Amino acid sequence: MQPLTAPRRAAGSVRHRDPAPSKAAYRLQRLWLTPLFRALLRTGVPAFIVTFAVGSYLGDSDRRLALATSLADMRASVAQRPEFLVRMMAIDGASPALADAIRAVAAVALPQSSFDLDLAMMRARIVTLDAVAEAEVRVNPGGVLHVDITERVPALVWRTPGALELLDASGKRVARVLARADRADLPLIAGDGADQMAPEALRLLAAAQPLLPRLRGLVRIGARRWDLVLDRDQRILLPPENPVRALERIIALDQAQDLLARDIVAIDLRNQARPVLRLAPDALRALRRAGGIQTVENTL
Amino acid sequence: MTDLCQSQRAMRHIRKAAMQRGVMAILDIGSAKIACLILRFDGPERLREVDGVGPMAGQSSFRVIGAHITRSRGVHFGEIAVMNETERAIRTAVQAAQKMANVRVDHAIACFSGAEPRSYGLAGEWDLQDSVVTEPDVARVLAACDVPDIGEGREVLHAQPVNFALDHRSGLGDPRGQIGNRLACDMHLLSVDAAVVQNLLYCIKRCDLELAGIASSAYASGISSLVEDEQELGAACVDLGGGSTGLSIFIKKHMIFADAVRMGGDHVTSDIAKGLQVPLTTAERIKTKHGGVLATGMDDREMIEIGCDSGDWDKDRRSVSRTELIGIMRPRVEEILEEVRDRLEAAGFDHLPSQQIVLTGGGSQIPGLDGLAARILGQRVRLGRPLRVQGLPQAVTGPAFSSAVGLCLFAAHPQDEWWDFDIPAERYPARSLKRALKWFRDNW
Repeated sequence: MQPLTAPRRAAGSVRHRDPAPSKAAYRLQRLWLTPLFRALLRTGVPAFIVTFAVGSYLGDSDRRLALATSLADMRASVAQRPEFLVRMMAIDGASPALADAIRAVAAVALPQSSFDLDLAMMRARIVTLDAVAEAEVRVNPGGVLHVDITERVPALVWRTPGALELLDASGKRVARVLARADRADLPLIAGDGADQMAPEALRLLAAAQPLLPRLRGLVRIGARRWDLVLDRDQRILLPPENPVRALERIIALDQAQDLLARDIVAIDLRNQARPVLRLAPDALRALRRAGGIQTVENTL
Repeated sequence: MTDLCQSQRAMRHIRKAAMQRGVMAILDIGSAKIACLILRFDGPERLREVDGVGPMAGQSSFRVIGAHITRSRGVHFGEIAVMNETERAIRTAVQAAQKMANVRVDHAIACFSGAEPRSYGLAGEWDLQDSVVTEPDVARVLAACDVPDIGEGREVLHAQPVNFALDHRSGLGDPRGQIGNRLACDMHLLSVDAAVVQNLLYCIKRCDLELAGIASSAYASGISSLVEDEQELGAACVDLGGGSTGLSIFIKKHMIFADAVRMGGDHVTSDIAKGLQVPLTTAERIKTKHGGVLATGMDDREMIEIGCDSGDWDKDRRSVSRTELIGIMRPRVEEILEEVRDRLEAAGFDHLPSQQIVLTGGGSQIPGLDGLAARILGQRVRLGRPLRVQGLPQAVTGPAFSSAVGLCLFAAHPQDEWWDFDIPAERYPARSLKRALKWFRDNW
């Protein structure tokens, strides 16, 4: 019988390679053709190596610190370049008093690198000012921090129990005034919740144009309806709904019959179907007397 | 037999699992070459409506995505002789095919030609309980077939029901749902040497493959090389392989007989080597390049150089005429064909309505073989090539690969075998429950 082990070939002789794969090679190829294994080897192993390398490098706290420091230094060296330095702040569209307020609110210590400026936060802080309707903050070339302001335009003066406030057309507070005479050009409103109905007040004031010389102001009653106050303490009590229409009616009456020039304390239009005139006491007496009605009057 | 029956049943389950995974390997373990094809199953047969071919043998449901052929080592007469050599050859084929397919296969279906197959015809009868034939009835009639003594150390490779008869109506393909009283069946049983099958199972297991089925290569080449009407009307397929020649007889699309002659092309080669005193490799080259079985006057003048490297100038410069070569080859081919004829006669092939014989396998490529075979086997002989299947490389479409292609068809669409039907256990629980109910009704 032939020996079972393969004969050892002499060194240098031509070796005939066995075309059959070895068992290990065969198994390895089959393993490599397994989809899960392949996916693991192609993505899992590189991901693991990268994670492990990074993790082992950053495991040491000194190295972490050094890395953070060097990164911060690198950033600072770029940020501190003169090209990125903001030296001054320019405010456009604001009155000098408002500009001072904006400077105080923005609280920017200049010169500062533009990397360190948080423009969005600064804008949010500026917009909290009542007098600012719209603000735009940007860094212009040349190291100028440019703030474009659209101021609120005051349209009304609102008398509250404590103070006098300026309101814009939408009812937002603009500023405080110390005396009514400071802004005598603006109409006056009063009462609780008057600021929330500022647009309606403006409409009423526009409608009350013929009465303007006599107009003292508008009073919001019970946060519900308006009273138009004229001089001589005359009041026109307007209904909650459609006050402009009622006011126009009164003005028409006034122009036709000169109503408001008479001795009337108030015109009550709250009930549209039944307007009521409140006469002054003397006028009432005179009227009754003219009608032949004798009244017993005492001084009480 | 129950042991192998269990393992065959397990193989069917593995085959189902492989079909679900969609990839399966085909291993044709022959004496001359080992072929590995890798099939991909694309699910339902998509091409059926488009190409108009129809689902003939299920060949439109798969696609060959990898193929490799390697020289067989350690296989003689279609049986494994040197196990680790064969294992290496299988590894070579499987690895290269996997590389081509770029997919890993875990399941394989194998076929082999040796192991002395023997055919038996079995018959069984069963009285139907209710008059409709159900699947358990089919299982019972198959179980009622009396198994002949197949001999010590032999196992059943195929056990296919080939015919069903219901009362006096015979020739039923599928009796289920039909009405009758007595169901009878004919079964074809192919037994092989158990040790050979065990060797093969072990060898494939050592290559980390799970066996999803096993078939005789005579059966597989019959499936692929006989056309549909030949299978229907009756024909014999002769697979001239390297170490053995398989023959199978088909009728009504069922194999009814299979046998193998333990002679093949390797014997022709060794005859040439002995006759011309050349190495076997040279003899193989001369056989494939110049071989033939019918000599003509022209062949006397055609001289064949016998290249040899013995170092003896006179021996190395010899040349023979082609007639001499044919004179060496022809007796052996005749012997093989005569042996085939004897086996066919013994099987009663003369009584079949159609006498068609199809020659396939690598040996059928000898020029002039069809003339010689017609003289020995009868006039109705043709050379068969395997069916075309999708994706098969051109190099693997020759007649040498008919059993590999047949195995593909077998994998895609296997015939029902005995172990596909579960023998129903008698329903004792139901009956005892009924009895208990009856007792209650009687006594309360």
